[in-house]
Amino acid sequence: MTRPFRSAPTMFAAMLLAAALVSAGDVRSQPKQKVLKFIPQADLRILDPISTTAYITRNHGYMIYDTLFAIDAKFQVRPQMVEKYEISKDGLTYTFTLRDGLKFHDGQPVRSADCIASIERWAKRDALGQKLAEATASWTAVNDKTFTLKLKKPFPLTLEALGKPSSNVPFIMPERIAKTDAFQNITETIGSGPFKFVKEEWVPGNKVVYVKNTDYVPRKEPPSWASGGKVVKVDRVEWIYIPDSATAAAALNAGEADWWEQLPPDLIPVLRRNKDIRVENIDPLGSMGMIRFNFLHPPFNNQKMRQALLYVVNQQDYVLGIAGDPKNGKPCYSYFTCGTPLATEAGAEPLKGKRDFEKARQLIKEAGYKGERIVIIDATDQPIVHSQSLLTLAILKKLGLNAEVQAGDWGTLITRRAVKEPLEKGGWSIFHTWLVGPDMVNPAVNFPLRGTGEKAWFGWPTDPKMEELREAWFNASDPAASKKAAEAVQRHAFEFVPIIPTGQFILPTAYRSNISGVIIAPINLLWNVEKK
Amino acid sequence: MAVVAFVVFLLLYLTPGDPAAILAGDAATSEDIRRIREKLGLDEPFFVRFGGWVWSLLHGDLGTSIFTNLPVTHLIAQRIEPTLALTTCTLIVAVMVAVPLGVIAAARAGTWVDRTVMAFSVLGFSLPVFVLAYILILVFSIELDWLPVQGYRSIQDGFWEWLRHLILPSIALGTVYIALIARITRASMLDVLAQDYIRTAQAKGLGPRGVLVGHALKNAAVPIMTIIGIGIALLIGGAIVTETVFAIPGIGRLTVDAILRRDYPIIQGVILIFSAAYVLINLAVDLSYMLFDPRIRY
Repeated sequence: MTRPFRSAPTMFAAMLLAAALVSAGDVRSQPKQKVLKFIPQADLRILDPISTTAYITRNHGYMIYDTLFAIDAKFQVRPQMVEKYEISKDGLTYTFTLRDGLKFHDGQPVRSADCIASIERWAKRDALGQKLAEATASWTAVNDKTFTLKLKKPFPLTLEALGKPSSNVPFIMPERIAKTDAFQNITETIGSGPFKFVKEEWVPGNKVVYVKNTDYVPRKEPPSWASGGKVVKVDRVEWIYIPDSATAAAALNAGEADWWEQLPPDLIPVLRRNKDIRVENIDPLGSMGMIRFNFLHPPFNNQKMRQALLYVVNQQDYVLGIAGDPKNGKPCYSYFTCGTPLATEAGAEPLKGKRDFEKARQLIKEAGYKGERIVIIDATDQPIVHSQSLLTLAILKKLGLNAEVQAGDWGTLITRRAVKEPLEKGGWSIFHTWLVGPDMVNPAVNFPLRGTGEKAWFGWPTDPKMEELREAWFNASDPAASKKAAEAVQRHAFEFVPIIPTGQFILPTAYRSNISGVIIAPINLLWNVEKK
Repeated sequence: MAVVAFVVFLLLYLTPGDPAAILAGDAATSEDIRRIREKLGLDEPFFVRFGGWVWSLLHGDLGTSIFTNLPVTHLIAQRIEPTLALTTCTLIVAVMVAVPLGVIAAARAGTWVDRTVMAFSVLGFSLPVFVLAYILILVFSIELDWLPVQGYRSIQDGFWEWLRHLILPSIALGTVYIALIARITRASMLDVLAQDYIRTAQAKGLGPRGVLVGHALKNAAVPIMTIIGIGIALLIGGAIVTETVFAIPGIGRLTVDAILRRDYPIIQGVILIFSAAYVLINLAVDLSYMLFDPRIRY
């Protein structure tokens, strides 16, 4: 008769021993490599940086792709893949010549045709790319290294467009991949950038692996933001996605990770206590929060209602609510990222001055508000969105408005904000979000400003005057004219109120003290980083 | 399974959410989203989409993730090993601790031993998994530096590294199963210990250990196996909190992430596969009764 329970411990011990013996033979000996373990801000799911504006995908793009031009820390456009370029006297013809030695990860050389196809695909999705495309007559490959852009009319922002730093970035891909429909994800991840993506080791939701591209030829200049030499000083980078913030902090503390991209404010003091960890603000531009209205339905289809909120939104409160520490944020009374060339406080008096609830109530009265429901759609899984929602609700309640928050997750919010119906049919009145600094530096990339009605961003403002002023900015021929045109855009924005900026904040990063060479930039860039 | 397939598909179809909007990103316009939805076939009528999915299923194709473009089978396969490893280690911990505790509690029913075991059992039920997980990380990873904070290592990367990464998650997750199995074991043992044949065995001179293990536990095994079987099925479906805290790439996180993103092919595929697994596990548990109780025959 069998006696399973008596033999169970023996069986278990035998199984353990067998497993140990078997796996001892299977142990993969890893050659010694310098591996940088990085905890990214989000999980990488989408690999196509043209089909989505998700920042994590943009960051993935910077790992494996390169760009024709790039912006440096002084906001100057620098050639990157381009060796030299010429602009005709009439400004209608650009001739680009690629650097020597540029190769894709599959060993194929980078050709003019690849660059043209990539730019054309990018221009189908990106707002600045679309403006360039409107001005474009043709792209032509002269030979494999040289190609030209012929314009129908001068487009002074051509190089800025080709060096756009944030989503969507005009990354260069092989022609066959770039021919993919711009509304469909690419399936191959071949670039010519400083790292190669190791797709076989990709575990969505857990790990992304890159290895050094030993064929990459970096520029000789020192790195400056996304421009200059992209010299990789580690053999391998692992993005370890840790969804729980406390665990991520513990992993960094324990040395299981080297660098955590963005910390929640409440964990900053915990990490500062560890002398082997540096907590720093390496993003000079930060991010900008905002309140966005629904322009199709009452009450915020009324300009005076939107203007009313300008007098009561206190950016200090929003910055504290988002950043948790006054040192990690500041008011920014501009529609353009503070600290960038076009930032100005022109027209900002209603937002900047002393908070004036009486003035706001007067505007609400003039608007003829009759107690219409106001629904703020909220995403409780997005702390920056959620804190802004609660602050706005408090302000609206203080004004005596009939406001409520309807909370869900981010997926629910972005689905519902696409609904153009009235509240009774699932619509909305307000939502909040935030954009990184590079996405709000000028009227071209600052898409919330656009007043193209049905074709505009969610909220769908119709503002022909804004479009006129934006067009004037696009046609500005020199920096002084550009600044003046941008001021005009902003003054009008403070009248029309497409959004209300809620302040500028920085999400600090933390890395261990054996890491050096971190580039100060508005994007986390992993070249130049050394690990001792 | 056909009913499960239909119900799952219908529920997802009716659930609010649009993967095209998530895919497009924050800066997308309504037109961008509409075009993406068209490309993904999400604007097609319900029965066209359902028919297409069933046709693929019949060819062994669970579909492709909307976001990663990876086959659903590949994504599930990536997570089978961590999930099975966590399940196995959790249940080994739970059974090895809980069954003896339950037996001891039953053998010492009414004494301080019994009350202590039951008190720990209540604590095990009451303490949230994530709280226990954080405590374990603080003590064993941060303070003592004995075990890793997070992550999973494949057994192919070395048995001890594999085991080290599973110890804390197994203890954290296993605690609630220890509580449950200990209570069931105790209750079942008390029932069996009151039977005549136990008195007979004692009267024939069999020692306490022989009575408890040789006679009582075997006869009390049926309800214990039922609970263990339910535990296996639940664990294979994913232990989302443990997987999140310890950053283990298991089925639980795959499912929850897919739900948050509205990645319909993954949700459909996971639910279908694990409904089938649940049925099979319950069948295995039912068949195992025959091993413990020869009176049970099907």
